[in-house]
Amino acid sequence: MPRIQVVPLLEIVRETPTTMTYRFRADLGGQPGQFLMVWIPRYDELPMALSYLGAVKGITVRDYGDATHALAVFNAGDRIGVRGPYGNVFRLDGQSVLAVGGGSGMASMIAAIEAFAQQGARVVTTVGAKTAEELLFVDRANGAGQVHIATDDGSRGFHGFAPALADKLLDRDPVGQIITCGPERMMYAVVDLARKRGIPVQASLERYMKCGIGICDACVLDDKLVCWDGPIFTGDQLEGSEDFGHFRRDKSGRRIPV
Amino acid sequence: MRIAKGPPKAFSRPAGSVPRMVDLRTEIAGVALRNPTMLASGFLDETGGSMARVYQAGAGAVVTKSVGPVPREGYPNPTIVEVDAGLLNAVGLPNPGIIEYEREVKRAQAAGAVIIGSVYGKDAEEYAAVAAKMSRYGVQAIELNLSCPHAKGLGTEIAQDESAVRDFTRAVKDVVDVPVFPKLSPNVQDIATFAVAAEEGGADGIVAVNTLKAMAITPELKIPSLANKYGGLSGPALRPIGVRAVYDICERVHIPVIGVGGVGSGRDALEYIMAGASAVQIGTAIISRGLGVFNEITKEMAFLLEEAGFRSVPEAIGVAHA
Repeated sequence: MPRIQVVPLLEIVRETPTTMTYRFRADLGGQPGQFLMVWIPRYDELPMALSYLGAVKGITVRDYGDATHALAVFNAGDRIGVRGPYGNVFRLDGQSVLAVGGGSGMASMIAAIEAFAQQGARVVTTVGAKTAEELLFVDRANGAGQVHIATDDGSRGFHGFAPALADKLLDRDPVGQIITCGPERMMYAVVDLARKRGIPVQASLERYMKCGIGICDACVLDDKLVCWDGPIFTGDQLEGSEDFGHFRRDKSGRRIPV
Repeated sequence: MRIAKGPPKAFSRPAGSVPRMVDLRTEIAGVALRNPTMLASGFLDETGGSMARVYQAGAGAVVTKSVGPVPREGYPNPTIVEVDAGLLNAVGLPNPGIIEYEREVKRAQAAGAVIIGSVYGKDAEEYAAVAAKMSRYGVQAIELNLSCPHAKGLGTEIAQDESAVRDFTRAVKDVVDVPVFPKLSPNVQDIATFAVAAEEGGADGIVAVNTLKAMAITPELKIPSLANKYGGLSGPALRPIGVRAVYDICERVHIPVIGVGGVGSGRDALEYIMAGASAVQIGTAIISRGLGVFNEITKEMAFLLEEAGFRSVPEAIGVAHA
């Protein structure tokens, strides 16, 4: 059984006012879409997507709670614990792909966006955020293909939500498949529009996790485990789901609205 | 019938199906099981969808997450840490509370699952109240999690107080019509005396053992690896302790025993059966073998039983005592 690895942070990069990337070396693999359980000592252990693969790995984290707030003041040389990689991977099939990202959801998709480009697929990315300054990984997505911007407040690019922009783009530029990660209601809209257009879609979901290895039942979606069966689910898998877009579980296992 | 995976190499034989001569069914205090493997409490059993899935994957029965009177979040993460020969956990009894849990039981029942409802409380009255509700949901039996850290005795487990084990068992027996199986802790000097106390309280069976109190430290950080500092050890390291406990208990009580602790193969399961268990529970082995573990262990048991000349599980129960 793999043990946790304690690793020093090599580099910390501020990506947006609320989002930081933490780089470290760890003796583990990792493919696009997979995640690690990241231990912020004395605070918490959380699932975080690998935003950088390769020798120097990276996680990109939005500061949204006590533990991520604590992590935000870590310096290079400070140590975190990592275990994994866990979960399934984005299937990188096809000649063209539209990636629809919202907020820190770009962190889960950026490795797949780059991998699609590396294998010669035409990649179009819509990067969505609340405001212009919260847009994440625009430059990296630009390096992989075409980028379109959407902001909720209209401070840059399309004024509105990423799914509406994606729908507009698909009218004039059909693609072979769609991948998406972001707020669940955004993904719900993306999966819905993909289904209506008959385009295969993969969505990377997020749920509260304790174990990350498929035993504690905290991250359940219907009868699937986000840590073990996911985090990436196809539109077919999500069709007819009672939970997707509607319900999640709190720490006690109570079913509550997303 | 085609099987996905043949018998283990050590017991290799021509490819084929499960031996038809061996009857894998077993029965515990009137609860009939299609095979002797159960899902252990704490694994994939907080939600009805997952319990249904485990039953459909081959478990003879599923034991629910331990459910209490009100919702409980459990401990902060890290709640698990994998160690060389098992798993340490301090999940801290998260559960949505007995009222909301009805939905989960009903969903698993709709899939045909045989369900054993695990309950906890802070005193005998609370155990009884939760168990009564659980039994009304239609579970086939009640398991008493007697290792609740918040129970009587402040910081100690009920399972370390013989009179509490007796009294709590009796309190639950008084209010339910289904069989009651107290689950005992290995963190005691002589576990058999607790089994005797449970039997005196009217228990219909014993589940042994719960996890062993343990700790892991992360030297690089100079702190315990679990947020709760202490955790419960499960997996292969626990098996010899569990087998010994079942053996000791079976020498002292007349009620059936369910063995749990480090069962990861058919051979492991037979250790418990031959020590006197009527069935086994499986949890940690799901990590290494996946949900197919229930079917695989059942098949492995069938081959081993046939090889040893047994025609059914009951024939093999307790033979190591001879």
